[in-house]
Amino acid sequence: MQLFPCPFCGARDEREFHFMGEAGKTRPDTQQPVSDADWAAYLYDQRNDKGRVREVWMHLPCREVFGMQRDSVTMQVLGTTAFRKAGA
Amino acid sequence: MSGTRTETGGLIDRAEILRFRFDGRDYTGHPGDTLASALLANGVRVLGRSFKYHRPRGVWGGWFDDPNAILDVGLDGNAIPNCQATTTPLLDGMESRAVNAWPSAARDVKGGLDLLHRWLGAGFYYKTFIWPDWHLFEPTIRRMAGLGAVDGKTIPDYVADQIHDFCDLLVVGGGAAGLAAARAAAEAGQDVVLVEDHADLGGGLFRRGGSIGGQSPAEWVAEQRAAIETAGGRILTRTTAFGVYDHGLVGLATDRGFARAPRLTRMRARRTLMATGALDRPLTFADNDRPGVMSLQAAAEYLGRYGVLVGRRIVVLSNNSAGQSAVAALRAAGAEVTEADPADGPIRALGGARLNGVQVGDRQLACDSLLVSGGLTPVVHLWRHAGGKLDWSETANAFLPGAAPEGMAAIGAANGTFNLQAALEEARAVALGKPPAPSASSYTIRPLWPEPGAKGRQWIDFQHDVTLKDIELAARENYVSVEHLKRYTTLGMAADQGKTSNMAGLAAMAAIQGRPIPEVGTTTFRPPFVPVPLELYHGAQHGQLLNPLKRLALEPQHRQAGAALGEYGGWLRPGWYGGKPARDAIRDEVRMARTTAGIFDGSPLGKIEVMGPDAAAFVDFVYYNTVATLKPGHIRYGFMLTESGAIYDDGVIARLGSEHFVISCSSSHVDGVEAMLEIWRQDGNDPDRIFIHDATQHWATLTVTGPKAREILGALVLDLNLSRDVFPHMSFRETIFAGTPLRIARVSFTGDVSFELSLRTAKAADLWAALTMAGADQGAGPIGIEALSLLRAEKGFIIIGKDTDGETMPHDLGFGGPRQKKKTAFVGDRGLHSEAANAPDRRQLVGLSVPEGSPALPTGAHLVTGDKPRSEGIVTSSYVSPTLERPIALALLARGAARHGEVLRVWHMGQVRAATVTPPCALDPKGARLDA
Repeated sequence: MQLFPCPFCGARDEREFHFMGEAGKTRPDTQQPVSDADWAAYLYDQRNDKGRVREVWMHLPCREVFGMQRDSVTMQVLGTTAFRKAGA
Repeated sequence: MSGTRTETGGLIDRAEILRFRFDGRDYTGHPGDTLASALLANGVRVLGRSFKYHRPRGVWGGWFDDPNAILDVGLDGNAIPNCQATTTPLLDGMESRAVNAWPSAARDVKGGLDLLHRWLGAGFYYKTFIWPDWHLFEPTIRRMAGLGAVDGKTIPDYVADQIHDFCDLLVVGGGAAGLAAARAAAEAGQDVVLVEDHADLGGGLFRRGGSIGGQSPAEWVAEQRAAIETAGGRILTRTTAFGVYDHGLVGLATDRGFARAPRLTRMRARRTLMATGALDRPLTFADNDRPGVMSLQAAAEYLGRYGVLVGRRIVVLSNNSAGQSAVAALRAAGAEVTEADPADGPIRALGGARLNGVQVGDRQLACDSLLVSGGLTPVVHLWRHAGGKLDWSETANAFLPGAAPEGMAAIGAANGTFNLQAALEEARAVALGKPPAPSASSYTIRPLWPEPGAKGRQWIDFQHDVTLKDIELAARENYVSVEHLKRYTTLGMAADQGKTSNMAGLAAMAAIQGRPIPEVGTTTFRPPFVPVPLELYHGAQHGQLLNPLKRLALEPQHRQAGAALGEYGGWLRPGWYGGKPARDAIRDEVRMARTTAGIFDGSPLGKIEVMGPDAAAFVDFVYYNTVATLKPGHIRYGFMLTESGAIYDDGVIARLGSEHFVISCSSSHVDGVEAMLEIWRQDGNDPDRIFIHDATQHWATLTVTGPKAREILGALVLDLNLSRDVFPHMSFRETIFAGTPLRIARVSFTGDVSFELSLRTAKAADLWAALTMAGADQGAGPIGIEALSLLRAEKGFIIIGKDTDGETMPHDLGFGGPRQKKKTAFVGDRGLHSEAANAPDRRQLVGLSVPEGSPALPTGAHLVTGDKPRSEGIVTSSYVSPTLERPIALALLARGAARHGEVLRVWHMGQVRAATVTPPCALDPKGARLDA
């Protein structure tokens, strides 16, 4: 059972977290033409990297969405990034 | 009879007698005994039968290192199958019997199977029962080769507690090294937890005998225990560390035996010390599986811990120095012990189920017990669970802990430090984070491994009947990787998970291939280290506690009204009311709702508030439909989609003010919709300008629907004009009822005039009382969710997930407008224009009618046409309409919108019926009732 650091609540049990996907995907601007390939890549393509990964997680009790850097082999947590603007 | 109880010694309480049964016979033992030690003390030798050949099996090991004695145990009418006799504490009144043996382990009728061994080698089943179909043979084979029987009864109060715990230092193993380490750390101020799987601390000290620091083992152990507890350390006995999981979590199982429910502790320790000791390996020789052939260390354990002398005339075969103290102890207890050198030539155990001697080279030695030791193997399972490395040691002839996993260290015999004094020094140093002083080992061993090609049947895995010949066969057939070898031969897959067999097995493979042992490597060590009850993992989390039902505030009122309560979408809700059969009750409720009115508790309906300066743009983005143009005081029906364009939920959204919306999503979908809103709120939006609050359980909702709805509401004397011109369909009002805010939505899921009234849950009972009283005057009353489902089906209104599937898009239901016209971006917009979304044969919502006199269609039936029928759609909802007095149905049908009037065949379980495609709405298609 892993311990994940919520940027707002501190270290919590992994069962409190929801995996939301790999980081780095930006929703295509659907007001402009988007090719089938680009849309399919946005929806379905996963890098599934071995080793260092950047992911988006939600801490369910506080509902905050944040970025987490992990090692998918050693399960080591390398750091987290809050998405909320500084000072907000 | 060979095993006997000694006059003195051991940790048992000789003053108290415990009575128990094994294979139908009565025996006695003492508190402190295990089932195995008590049976050995009573002279019982055969405690089980092997898995495949049904060979008689005696006890090999002294604790978790025994693959042979597996018993079904009962106590006080409760039963637990597959208990390891060597670790199950003896309790008064236990009923036990050997598994995989009938009528008893001693006289097993299937013992004759052993005569067929020549044809039953590794891979026999795969090769023999492949034709025509394995499944023909499987039931018989499974009955013949098996373990214990589950009686299917639940043991009362057998519920595992689950505890989360923390400490600075977790010491696994309460032997000499573990005790020394725990004491040193605790006295240095660390928060220490020491776990030991026996009931008593001391570990291998009771095997070793002699004195420690001038004290007897029992005195020394008592002193350490007192010191640890005085320094604030915690000691958990009868507790096994069964696995190390991600981020150093250690699973601790307390009381995994009998009579008490087990307890799970999830331990988070800053550091974990592995003081798990070492196991004695078997030697591989002909007929080495005979009852009476036993681990030398185990024999010492039975003598020192339980006061049991396993035999009178003993031959010892050992290739290492660790057993010297054991030999001395056995002699001191009165046994006649002959030591033979296993290197002196081929060895064969003599006698049948009753061992009577051993042949070593040319020498024949008479004996009743043959105690063997093939060398010590450190117990490194937890080390490997945590990702630690193993290094092969030529001097110790064993795999020892190498590079350590984070936060873990090994001490004592588990680290290959077999000398007691050296182990104590090492433990004290490592406990304080210091490097241990190097010390010369007094342990010596001469390598002695299985010899390929040796004569006779030489057992490697005792329980699963894997012999040296099976390993040779596997090597010939190229199953040479240890992982393949394990799966092909079932080596190491017995209840002891290879604790006795893995080293011999991989050494045999190394010898066959002429490779060094470390090159062959070990199989993967996986938790749990010992069998643990499944109960441990779920604990109290089953049934209602695993998935608690949501309860209505008005449940007492519904019960009083005779509601038949059932689970609908996670809520306990009235299905229907009254003492009538369900069909009649539902029919009568539908008729009442269509002629006067029905009063329905719709409290589970989602009520998610969205507020803030950016709320309007936000809901416009998450909804398929345009919401930005909705005026305050009005309501719109719409869909939420996934990004692939499929419908995720449907419902209505009300605008209370310019920056305030209430989303009324499906009752069973509230959590999912709320999560989806929260995710989009934080993705691409400024979360400080949008606020989401799920108020579903804070507001109760009662719906009045039917021709008399307006009259019933009028009786409440609200400060509100209810006339249809002022309060039309799809509008929203806020007023006061009984001093509390009341929200009224004019929406309809039935096609009749409906008012949805929402107010604080605390006031729901007042509104229910007022509505039912006013309703009674009009001949109206409560209706359940079954009637509502039928009322909506008459109108062709869908239920998401019932009348839609994971591919249904809004244009399949006739809501194609926003797909073509909505100007702003929304979730799923691009997905609605994919190749699949534009496919000509998409399944679209239709109604079905049947010929007069036909019964209702079966839900789930397939719609087919033509000579070579394939499914073109399915029936999604089907009822007999009490209003129309005929069957109605909804279906998803390929190109359905263009096929109204077509006659189809409806196929279900081999039966074929006819149906005509109609529009989905079967009642009042013009909507006249809605404006009545």
